[in-house]
Amino acid sequence: MNEPSLTESRPTAVALAARGVTKRFPGVLANDNVEFEVRAGEVHALLGENGSGKTTLCKVFTGLYRADAGHVEIAGRPVDLHSPADVHARGVFMVHQHFSLVERMTVAENVMLGWRRGSRFWFDRRAAEREVAELATLHGLPVDPATLIGELSMGERQRVEILKALCRGAKVLILDEPTTVLTPQEAEGLFESLRRLAEAGSAVVFISHKLHEVLSVCDRVSVLRRGVMTGTVDLREQRAVDTRELARMMVGREIELGRREREELVDPHADPVLELSELTVTGDHGNAVLDSVTLDVHAGEVLGVAGVAGNGQRELADAIAGLRPLAAGTVTVAGKPLRAGSPLAAIAGGVAFVPEDRFGVGLAPGMTVAENMVLKSFRSGRFSAGPFVRRRRVVVHTEEQLDGYELRGGPASVVGKLSGGNAQKVLLAREMSGEPKVLVIAAPTRGLDVAATETVRELIARAAEAGTAVVMISEDLDEVLDVSDRVAVMCGGRVTGVLPAAGADVEEIGLLMMGHTADPAGPAGTPAPADPAVASARAERTA
Amino acid sequence: MTATLQPPVRRRAAQAVPVRLERRLDQPGRIHSALLPVGSLLLAMVLVGVLLGIAGHDPFAALSQVVSAAVTGQGSISATLTSATPLLFTGLAAAVAFRMRIWNIGGEGQLYIGAICAAGVGIATGASGLAVALPLMLIAAALGGALWAAIPALLRAFLNTNEILTSLMLNYVAGLLLGYLILDSTSYWRDMSGPTALVYPQGKSLASAAFWPGFTGGGLIIPLGLVFGVALAVLVFVMIRHTWFGYQLRVTADNAQAGRYAGMASRRNLVAVMMLSGALAALGGASQVGDFSHLLDPSGLQQPQYGYTGIVVAALARYNPLAVVLSALFLGAITNAGLNLQSATFPQSLTGVIEGIILFCVLGGEVLSRYRFVWGRR
Repeated sequence: MNEPSLTESRPTAVALAARGVTKRFPGVLANDNVEFEVRAGEVHALLGENGSGKTTLCKVFTGLYRADAGHVEIAGRPVDLHSPADVHARGVFMVHQHFSLVERMTVAENVMLGWRRGSRFWFDRRAAEREVAELATLHGLPVDPATLIGELSMGERQRVEILKALCRGAKVLILDEPTTVLTPQEAEGLFESLRRLAEAGSAVVFISHKLHEVLSVCDRVSVLRRGVMTGTVDLREQRAVDTRELARMMVGREIELGRREREELVDPHADPVLELSELTVTGDHGNAVLDSVTLDVHAGEVLGVAGVAGNGQRELADAIAGLRPLAAGTVTVAGKPLRAGSPLAAIAGGVAFVPEDRFGVGLAPGMTVAENMVLKSFRSGRFSAGPFVRRRRVVVHTEEQLDGYELRGGPASVVGKLSGGNAQKVLLAREMSGEPKVLVIAAPTRGLDVAATETVRELIARAAEAGTAVVMISEDLDEVLDVSDRVAVMCGGRVTGVLPAAGADVEEIGLLMMGHTADPAGPAGTPAPADPAVASARAERTA
Repeated sequence: MTATLQPPVRRRAAQAVPVRLERRLDQPGRIHSALLPVGSLLLAMVLVGVLLGIAGHDPFAALSQVVSAAVTGQGSISATLTSATPLLFTGLAAAVAFRMRIWNIGGEGQLYIGAICAAGVGIATGASGLAVALPLMLIAAALGGALWAAIPALLRAFLNTNEILTSLMLNYVAGLLLGYLILDSTSYWRDMSGPTALVYPQGKSLASAAFWPGFTGGGLIIPLGLVFGVALAVLVFVMIRHTWFGYQLRVTADNAQAGRYAGMASRRNLVAVMMLSGALAALGGASQVGDFSHLLDPSGLQQPQYGYTGIVVAALARYNPLAVVLSALFLGAITNAGLNLQSATFPQSLTGVIEGIILFCVLGGEVLSRYRFVWGRR
């Protein structure tokens, strides 16, 4: 297959294709005469920034949207798709980012769910489990058919989703950003399964905006930019294609991402600005979602927090920002402990917080940029005349703060109509306007296009240079490694290791993400005791 | 998004009903906005005409009577203003709460409580003259209504109960209290002065010195309550738009999470809005006593359902306090025309249907100005 001449002389069957697909939404041309072709036996990447039309194209493929012009071909024949069921019957399946699995049912039950076959009445559990197990081994997707979904990791759940599709006779699999919920090791496993599926004759569409993933697993890459297919590259022919080139196809200009060395700003002898000691937060069911987390961050330092989504990162951010009551522990900023569970105390103490859910938590989307800009500072009296708003001053303040942020829109723009990148700029501008001592920023570039990502990372670096202690929480490990000075890895609500970002070993971080506690003697440094008994014993010793 | 397992039943249903409501991209311009209600009204007139024809009435005669009773006839505008006064208060009450996404359905009960408080204070102090009685009546009513509304507000803020249910249920409590004070007890509010008063229970009248004066001129009578109501509408508008308190309320209404994130006292604000809403509705009750009935009249307060109609008034105004003034006048006109139409040959239920059609057309037109129907699949 590596020989280009081979592929040309023996054109493999086209499994799924878009022929001149155009899809128009009010004000947006989401897909503009898109030509796209996936052959049986290949892993084909669909690469593009957010808003480039990837999702729209997939919805056309899966029968959720109907193209305004052009048509879809399945197995080489033009088809008229009316619904997802239609599409499934033709062997095209999509695995979404958010799984549709029933947590309280077993793997086999989930695979068989909603799919009537054989006896119309009885569910033959053992036959189903046997069938799922066979399929799992055949495709190298190891999973125990009798386990409850709720007990599986995200990587295993993804395998179940893929099995579900395979069981129903999938010939084409579309995976939407499949690695966002996986550890590096799990992603590696997924890539292997995808390769095996392709070798067995399936066609795989791999949607992503992570370039190195695309290069490591795909045979061909098609790049979408603003609804237009900018080109398809055959990676088997063109070995020399690198991330930079793909990025240029994606964005349309040269970009500069990757780790940038900053000058050493941190004074290790100074007292840390942010100290978290034994921070514990209890969840809805009385379980510890944050389990005695102890960390410190110096002025000018960026501490990256890595981990698979849902391992206590959100709770950590909320706890520092006073949005969650603490079961135990203290947050100390510049030597002064904050009153726990009080957002106002955190704001007054100099904690700025850019939450991961920008429109849901950090902003009032129905209000203007100016109104959002004073969300935390309106009490200062600077903008008041008695109980009344001094609107003019608010607008001037907003213009001052946004100076240099290159925001598309002005103080009077409604925030909900801004793009994710512009919203993030408004958030960052507001949070930095109070000249905070600590900046907590979660998922700083999620959903942002490459250009906005570049800007936001630049702004984080600028904040650190201004002497702010930055805690950056991200599920994107590359980002954590590129932006931070030190990396704290979280798993199950605990910090499993803290290590310097420069030259960090991704393998090791992956292991920490899966809960392997760092060896205290090893390079990872800070030990995080696995069981509470050890923790309390340690606390006694220090006391 | 979870399209992988679409059940076949839903698919068939989706194909059978290929109609969807889709948000319009361009919001209507000013001229469009002004013409729209006129068109809606014309359509309503046509529908009402057809209905009257079916019912065996002369549609033209009836319609001209509606117009005459609401606007053009002698004294009709004064009558419309009278009908609009309580609706202005309950409409404002609903607009303030609903705008902030607090669903106070208790305007009805809060109005009763306001009437009870105002009547009690009015009876007690009426002899001292208007200068004493009027402010005391207003204060008592506002306080009573605010406290009555505080019950569901506090329950919502601290126990997270549903304020729709609690405020609605309290309407029945207030209504029964109203009946008890006049019909089933010998309370301070009941007139016990003559032998007929025992057979036909009714409220004790205020001293005439405490009757609220109206503004008269050019054949027009403007009740004092209406003037208060318009002033309150402006005040509420300014509060929401131009104060930091209003700003906090708007932030919380837009995104409660963001309000919490910014350290706003969401519980305190919730209780404050609910109490303000209750006070506004209660002032409507005070106006009923002071402007019109001059005594506590259970059936006169309950039968028109001012509190519930106020919700319609507020919705029609899209919860904008200034627009509430206009929509209260409009609904006042319809109510007034309905009262006027009723006769032996023209049953009350038919006037109800007419009012319903007019409202349906106006509200429907309002929706269609922002949404449109789309036929077929996307």
